[in-house]
Amino acid sequence: MSGPATGYEPPPLRPGELARWTWRQLTSMRTALILLFMLALASIPGSVVPQEAVDSLRASQWRDKHPQLTPVYEKLGLFSVYNSIWFSAIYILLMISLVGCIVPRLLVYWRGLRRRPPAAPRHLSRMPQSRSFETDEDADAVVERARTLLRKRRFRVEVRNGAVSSERGYLREAGNLVFHLSVLIVLVGFALGGLWGFKGGVIVVTKDSFANTLSQYDDFRAGALFDPANLDPFEFTVNDFDVTFIREGREAGMAHKFAADLTYRTAPSAPERARKISVNHPLTLGGTDVFLISHGYAPHITVRNADRSIAYSGPVVFLPEDSTFRSFGVVKVPDARQRNGSTQIGLEGEFYPTYAFIKGKNGGPFSAFPDAKNPAISMIVYKGDLGLDAGAPQSVYALQKKGLQRVTSADGKPVRLDLALGRSATLPDGLGSVTFDGVSRYVKLQVSHTPGQKVALAGVVLALVGLLGSLFIRPRRIWVRARREGGRTLVEVAGLDRSAGGDLSAEIDDLAAALRPPTSPTAPPAGSAQLSSTGSTTSGESS
Amino acid sequence: MTHEQFEVLSNQAVAACAVVYFLAVLANFAQWAAGRKVAEVPAQVEQPVSVGGGSVAPTEAPVADESDRMELFSRVGVALTVVAAFLQFVAVVSRGLASDPVRVPWGNMYEFTLIGTWVVVVGYLLLYRRYSLSWLSPVVTSFVLVTLMIDVLVLYTPVVPLRDALQSPWLVIHVIAAIIATGAFTLGGMCSALYLVKERWQRRQQAERESGQEGPGSGQEAGAATARRSGGYLARLPELAVLDRIAYRTHAFAFPIWTFAALIAGPIWAHYAWGRYWGWDPKEVWAFITWVVYAAYLHARATSGWKGRSAAVVALVGLATLWFNFVGINFFFGSGSMHSYAGK
Repeated sequence: MSGPATGYEPPPLRPGELARWTWRQLTSMRTALILLFMLALASIPGSVVPQEAVDSLRASQWRDKHPQLTPVYEKLGLFSVYNSIWFSAIYILLMISLVGCIVPRLLVYWRGLRRRPPAAPRHLSRMPQSRSFETDEDADAVVERARTLLRKRRFRVEVRNGAVSSERGYLREAGNLVFHLSVLIVLVGFALGGLWGFKGGVIVVTKDSFANTLSQYDDFRAGALFDPANLDPFEFTVNDFDVTFIREGREAGMAHKFAADLTYRTAPSAPERARKISVNHPLTLGGTDVFLISHGYAPHITVRNADRSIAYSGPVVFLPEDSTFRSFGVVKVPDARQRNGSTQIGLEGEFYPTYAFIKGKNGGPFSAFPDAKNPAISMIVYKGDLGLDAGAPQSVYALQKKGLQRVTSADGKPVRLDLALGRSATLPDGLGSVTFDGVSRYVKLQVSHTPGQKVALAGVVLALVGLLGSLFIRPRRIWVRARREGGRTLVEVAGLDRSAGGDLSAEIDDLAAALRPPTSPTAPPAGSAQLSSTGSTTSGESS
Repeated sequence: MTHEQFEVLSNQAVAACAVVYFLAVLANFAQWAAGRKVAEVPAQVEQPVSVGGGSVAPTEAPVADESDRMELFSRVGVALTVVAAFLQFVAVVSRGLASDPVRVPWGNMYEFTLIGTWVVVVGYLLLYRRYSLSWLSPVVTSFVLVTLMIDVLVLYTPVVPLRDALQSPWLVIHVIAAIIATGAFTLGGMCSALYLVKERWQRRQQAERESGQEGPGSGQEAGAATARRSGGYLARLPELAVLDRIAYRTHAFAFPIWTFAALIAGPIWAHYAWGRYWGWDPKEVWAFITWVVYAAYLHARATSGWKGRSAAVVALVGLATLWFNFVGINFFFGSGSMHSYAGK
């Protein structure tokens, strides 16, 4: 862009003008469109990169696998796209644009609601749709009939200067406005849940209890304004867990009809009640819901010292690794004793609900069926320092092997304990023994409180109603004029469809036909040679 | 009949309907071929014309033969499509009856595709008369045939009962709404695609007409240009404004249904099944993206500078995201999505 140096240069915008210009740009339809596309594009990374808030396990696995990309991704907020600054910026801009677009239109609509239909244009034949015919009837009679007909078709009608003006479909714009405002309501509902809600996960072995306090959760995520003091004081016991595995056929091994038997109190002093929960059937306690998410096995393992005193005993939660419920878990025994002093023992290995074994190089133990038909554990034994005293938090599902060494038998081979239900094995070096006492099932529950759910739902439903109105109500204007011309009455009918996908030709044809004199035996059927039409009536469509 | 027999019946009905769809494709292509010789449809009503008692008869006397043949092939094509749609319906219903216990026939991708293509065909047949859709027949039938072939070859899964998570009345509501919306968006996308093709063809025609005035080209070029000008199939497509309007109406029908499926029924079910109503699961993300893109389409049609071609492109982008959500998420994100059981 090179111009003569002496050429006219527009004066710089004053701050007020600049602000107004920015506001105009921001609230234009074009900007709204671009922001919509940006919102769609910005959502994509969240479906590709594992999200911290959706699946933190996968997110941390991804981090471990990509050490070089991780810092870059963290900077960009790619592990929590939907809370990131750039994603928020897009939807906040979109909302501002929406408000800026809707508020002025609300005012216009409010004024327009009481407005009379606009007067008939001088040249009706120039409207997108128009028809005309001649008749011997009196002009006033035709106008009167047009008025009644349009009234009946629920048009807002006014007669001025021998012409009928009519308009209908005022609710389209109302629907449009409702739709856009509802988007804001949904956002408010979403924000309520995000700021004041929480979501916690907990694994409860059958016969165990859970009380709704922060310390009882295995994982807990809460909104910025959440206050732990507001946790509902309920408690429950998981009495039993039922699951049926299909035993034969194509879908053998599939779990179905699983349900947990709970007894619960809404408060420590409240009466005890019983309830079954299952997938799709959560338990609702006040504003908090308890969902059954998944299930698994917790083998009871007892570790004894050489003198038969118990160093560890209890059910240990093993995490299922596949659909046969081959599960992985660890036992940490911080207070074990060896003959010559104290040590710590760690067991790591797998649980097989229906143990089976394939011999050979690639063989090994596996689980033949997900039900506990022939349970067994297969554990590797470590001794040394479990690293629990360092103070750093540790996963209960993994051993920190830095200070541990594998226990070997007399011939130098590492010890692996393969125990069927009820069996014990003695450890070498006077480390004592390990017993596989029994199996319990556990349930993984999700406890969540999401305020604003109903607000969001009401918002979407309202949006849908508004959307239907804005899509299917067809605002249209129809004019009818009748005047004497050369001894006859010339009747003109014209229409304007103001919606995006409308086609008015059929309605105008209808009206023109209905306006023709009721009794004219000599007249040919609908649409005589007298009736002329203009407009984009096309051969492709007749609606 | 036993459940196993119903399963066999369903498979046989799919095979039979595919054969009939193939015949319908042949008939529709024959219609198309017959149309190549017919001159451009006259009576593009621009000036006032008399509206007679009946329809305006196109004056095509010199090529009436071809026109009759077209009409015949078109009727045969539609009749075959009706038969095939009925057979496909049998396949869908017996698929549901084949399960023990009996369930809705949309529990996995194979079944979703089976019923989704059926919705496309039924939508096309319902609108056939209203919008005179004979020009859409070749596109719809060949699309359905190819999709069914892929469905059977790649996605086929034996009948299995539903998992616990899927045993909910919301499966009926959420998935059927998603299927209907997908079918309608697909039909709308076909119209938008044809709009783009015809729009490009018209622009080229215009350009050729202008360059033709400047100077005579070589004989061959001129011949090709003439052929393109009279162009069989494209000339038979309705005017751009009509194509645009049909596309818009189909999308306007589908969009609220999609809103209901993805943003109302889906979240309600997700609340009961997974304990959160919206969790940015990949499938949810892409359903949201599809929604945003189609919202942009509806906006674009009302924005100056975006009407027509750009809006049609946006509609096709929307269709791409929709299909990607259906196919791509299950294949590429399988383990990462809670919707993965909807796959194979």
